[in-house]
Amino acid sequence: MTPLLEIRNLQAEIAGRKILNGLDLTVNNGEIHAIMGPNGAGKSTLSYMLAGKPGYEITGGEILFKGEDLLAMAPDERAARGVFLAFQYPLEIPGVATVTFLRTALNAQRRKRGEEELSSPDLLKRVREIARQLGIDPEMLRRPLNVGFSGGEKKRNETLQMALLEPLLCVLDETDSGLDIDALKVVANGVNALRSSERGMIVITHYQRLLDYIVPDIVHVLSAGRIVRTGGKDLALELEQTGYAQYQNEAA
Amino acid sequence: MAAVQETIERVRGIDVEQYKYGFVTDIESEKAPKGLSEDIVRFISARKNEPEWMLEWRLEAYRRWLTMEEPSWARVNYPKIDFQDLYYYSAPKPKKTIGSLDELDPEILKTYEKLGIPLREVEMLEGVVRPEGERRIAVDAVFDSVSVATTFQKELKQAGVIFMPISEAIHEHPELVKKYLGTVVPTTDNYYATLNSAVFSDGSFVYVPPGVRCPMELSTYFRINERNTGQFERTLLIADKGAYVSYLEGCTAPQRDENQLHAAVVELVALDDAEIKYSTVQNWYPGNADGVGGIYNFVTKRGDCRGANSKISWTQVETGSAITWKYPSCILRGDNSRGEFYSIAISNGHQQVDSGTKMIHLGKNTTSRIISKGIAAGVSQNTYRGLVTAHRKATGARNFTACDSLLIGDKCGAHTVPYIEAKNSSALFEHEATTSKISEDVLFYCVQRGLSQEEAVGLVVNGFVKDVLQQLPMEFAVEAQKLISISLEGSVG
Repeated sequence: MTPLLEIRNLQAEIAGRKILNGLDLTVNNGEIHAIMGPNGAGKSTLSYMLAGKPGYEITGGEILFKGEDLLAMAPDERAARGVFLAFQYPLEIPGVATVTFLRTALNAQRRKRGEEELSSPDLLKRVREIARQLGIDPEMLRRPLNVGFSGGEKKRNETLQMALLEPLLCVLDETDSGLDIDALKVVANGVNALRSSERGMIVITHYQRLLDYIVPDIVHVLSAGRIVRTGGKDLALELEQTGYAQYQNEAA
Repeated sequence: MAAVQETIERVRGIDVEQYKYGFVTDIESEKAPKGLSEDIVRFISARKNEPEWMLEWRLEAYRRWLTMEEPSWARVNYPKIDFQDLYYYSAPKPKKTIGSLDELDPEILKTYEKLGIPLREVEMLEGVVRPEGERRIAVDAVFDSVSVATTFQKELKQAGVIFMPISEAIHEHPELVKKYLGTVVPTTDNYYATLNSAVFSDGSFVYVPPGVRCPMELSTYFRINERNTGQFERTLLIADKGAYVSYLEGCTAPQRDENQLHAAVVELVALDDAEIKYSTVQNWYPGNADGVGGIYNFVTKRGDCRGANSKISWTQVETGSAITWKYPSCILRGDNSRGEFYSIAISNGHQQVDSGTKMIHLGKNTTSRIISKGIAAGVSQNTYRGLVTAHRKATGARNFTACDSLLIGDKCGAHTVPYIEAKNSSALFEHEATTSKISEDVLFYCVQRGLSQEEAVGLVVNGFVKDVLQQLPMEFAVEAQKLISISLEGSVG
């Protein structure tokens, strides 16, 4: 069976600096992969390349999404096909109500997939239901997107978008950053509710803490632009004890 | 914001040429000979069968104009206008005197249909069912220099509201015209206003009697059709004591290679406790991608809050014209009067915009509010120029100004030139200004959620201008939103 995501020997540069250095990763439907590693290992670069952020030069390798060349697709097309990136620092859009943004995004994706647009009442019903599950105050939906939101609200909003857009591949970039333990639990519960046999997830994190709540199937250590070690969920606990120093040396 | 989707559809529906009003109507017209002289002024006046006093008024303005110089302080560049190379009067040649809309030249009716302007009040009179809650709008359509149709006259008359071409008002209500014309923008005011006073051919006249709330939105649509024609319309709007009126103005012109001149004057008078809301969506032809052609828009708009507790509110959405030189202003003469200015000015391609407002506080406890949103894309230049001033006697004057500029791309410019003068110590003026660029990160965030690059820009811009869009009457707000997206089409790589 074709894997959901297959990254082969990916190499990438930004402004002449090599960031990814022969990265291999395969994610099957239903799997949760955690990617851990020190600062500057290339974790965020990987997430941006999957989403198609401009500015990265691919110098080698390929990414296949459901067997198709992901790198050949425009970022909005990737989104419509089911690639979702939960941002480490979600962006603010003044003057645009959160619910407006949600509607615009969902209907843009549906149009691209040749599906009918969702009417406003139907959309609102769905958004309200998801918001309720995530413990989001409906009032937040009317506020301009992410403007004045607390760290926890921003991450909850990312989870809300993910639940609404129902992607096939979720990439969570340092979702735990800026969250206290209560907010972390809420967000993790939201993410866990989205686990399914169809959906694959890549959880990028610095700390083991998040993985207590979003339990991965497979843990990878990323260092100097490639995967240097792969193991089960216990690897995360081990890393918590030993730190990343050995891998940095290994990679160098 | 369902309109966003609609906007996108609309944008998609447009092919390469972005300016959808760029069609020319083939009708016969009657023109004055090219150039400007006393004879031309007399010709225009005679064509309108004007009384002697009106001719004298024009001639005085013309003589004054000869002594004036074209202003050069605005941040706009254009080749010198040859005022002798223009036609100052063009009228669709009437087959006979028009008694009803049915007798109007069908070509003109078709033009307005294409523009989406409902001239056919006939439909309604014949019982065509309209969706519930749809507000009705009375329209005065001005084609080149001449008002061709004014709808709903009867209904307005019942309410006591006078809404007619100013050329007719000069005959039918000379006492009102004499009393108010030129009292807000005097014939000596500025180069273009003085020129307008000499050669204006038509425009709208509105009088709302004391205590009357005008039963519908009034609107005027201006269209320049003829080649090499200046359009000099004159609008005079009076809200008598305790009256209320909301007025909408829309403008389009066909695509022409040469530049067409538009120099309008709008005068508003609000007496005690009266309120005037004046909204404009200006969509004149902005010129092509290389900056060739387009309308030169040199407009003087001013409102006089003459009575106590009166209020004048300007809302403008400026998307068109090659050059815009426009400062809708308020003279806050009456005690406790209030002036407002809400503006969205968008420039793309080679457009140059120099626009803003003047709030002149003369009365006691007068207040004003300025919200200006400038959006520059392409290689355009977008300037906000504003004056807020408090007279010695204007105790308790208050103003709040917020000027925000948004840049799209790195070849355009946004400039803010505020003038603030307080001549008494009790005045309280606040000024806020920001300039920002649409960040690549914000666009990427939107695109990652499935929006195309253009949809993303449209969404961010609509958010940026939201405070002003909210000030527009519903129908206009939707139209404006569409226009904004259309104007910005092709602004991102």
